[in-house]
Amino acid sequence: MNRYSRHIQLTEIGEEGQRKISQAKVLVVGAGGLSCPVLQYLTAAGIGTLGIIDFDVVEESNLQRQVLFGTSTIGMNKALAAKQRLEDLNPTISIHAYPEKLTTSNAIALFTDYDIIVDGSDTIATRYLINDAAIVCDKPIVYGAIYKFEGHLAVFNYNHGPTYRSLFPDPPRNGSVANCSEVGVLGVLPGIIGAMQANEVLKIVLGFSGVLSGKLLCYHSQTGQTNVISIPKSKSSIEEALLKTGILNDTYEATCDVLIPNISAEEALQTENNLFVDVRAVGEIPEVVLPNSKHIPLHELEQHLDEFRFEKNYMIFCATGARSTIAIARLQKHFNHHFYNVVGGATALLSQIKQPHE
Amino acid sequence: MNLNIKYFGVLAEITKCSEETLSFSEGTVGELLAVLQAKYPALGTKDFQVAHKQEIVTKDTKITNPEIALLPPFSGG
Repeated sequence: MNRYSRHIQLTEIGEEGQRKISQAKVLVVGAGGLSCPVLQYLTAAGIGTLGIIDFDVVEESNLQRQVLFGTSTIGMNKALAAKQRLEDLNPTISIHAYPEKLTTSNAIALFTDYDIIVDGSDTIATRYLINDAAIVCDKPIVYGAIYKFEGHLAVFNYNHGPTYRSLFPDPPRNGSVANCSEVGVLGVLPGIIGAMQANEVLKIVLGFSGVLSGKLLCYHSQTGQTNVISIPKSKSSIEEALLKTGILNDTYEATCDVLIPNISAEEALQTENNLFVDVRAVGEIPEVVLPNSKHIPLHELEQHLDEFRFEKNYMIFCATGARSTIAIARLQKHFNHHFYNVVGGATALLSQIKQPHE
Repeated sequence: MNLNIKYFGVLAEITKCSEETLSFSEGTVGELLAVLQAKYPALGTKDFQVAHKQEIVTKDTKITNPEIALLPPFSGG
């Protein structure tokens, strides 16, 4: 434990705190300017499991601020290059590199395996995707974003606190927001904000009070000024996010290539060996009564996986198709059974039950 | 009331200042935004949130405190 002796010496951390750090699982989305210091400090701190997802490759113009990389890694995938460097920094932890783009088809499955999500991405679309997927998976997000000389830092969805959509409910109009590759950025700025993100991760892991939840810290590197703005929790932001996750095609630039078979209510009812699963919350109307059905709200799905152990044609439904799509994406990760999304959800099923074969 | 308005990110480039004092009689955040958009028409092309007393508020919030900030989303990483 000599590696961590300076942590253990702190009474606020000690052996127990360091054990918490070694058991933590953190996924870092993007391996760019913000994520480089996040990854360095979390690796050095001994975070037990670190995931890095990035589809991009190292370019020479990245080296001005993305301090994990060097001339020798130009052209290499960033997640893989980061893993290589970080394993030298700390070979005692487990580092997983995902050299791919975060999409609607992999986000939920990936987030499920981690405790904390770090948003070090560089597009608005990815930020909304991270937010919504983290809400679905019930994971906190440590958020950082930069513009030229200014940075944002916040913790979202922490103990069901405010989310990114509480701050910015809807994605801005196209062209309204520029990224670093278009406008330039002071190289040290992502270093500052990224290091602060690493600090927030450790505060969450160690259970410290004072996590920057529901607050947006705005930092200006030219003046050294910080402004902390409170973010009230918008009432329906979680449900909205769930619904929006179901219409990813419209709200994210990422193409939705989830393979989720749709089935009409009529066909679903006629299919042999079928089992209907209602993933809506308890008490949602209209109530659908079917002999071969179960009610498992989406947020309890993981605790009821054993109910899907039998080979059946599972007909998953909710109100709009949003939550059933998420449920199927999660179930497909665990089982090879046939899962179908009932188009039109509860309302369509109900009208079929009332007027069979008309 | 004299308001102290802070502009962040791209908005400071539009207003050509990061902070300014503006005399505002009385009204809501929405009414203040109409005044600001008349002064800086390019503000209308941008998406941003408004903070009043260091808290994100909606357009129908009545302004009772001089501290106002206009915050656009940042995408860079």
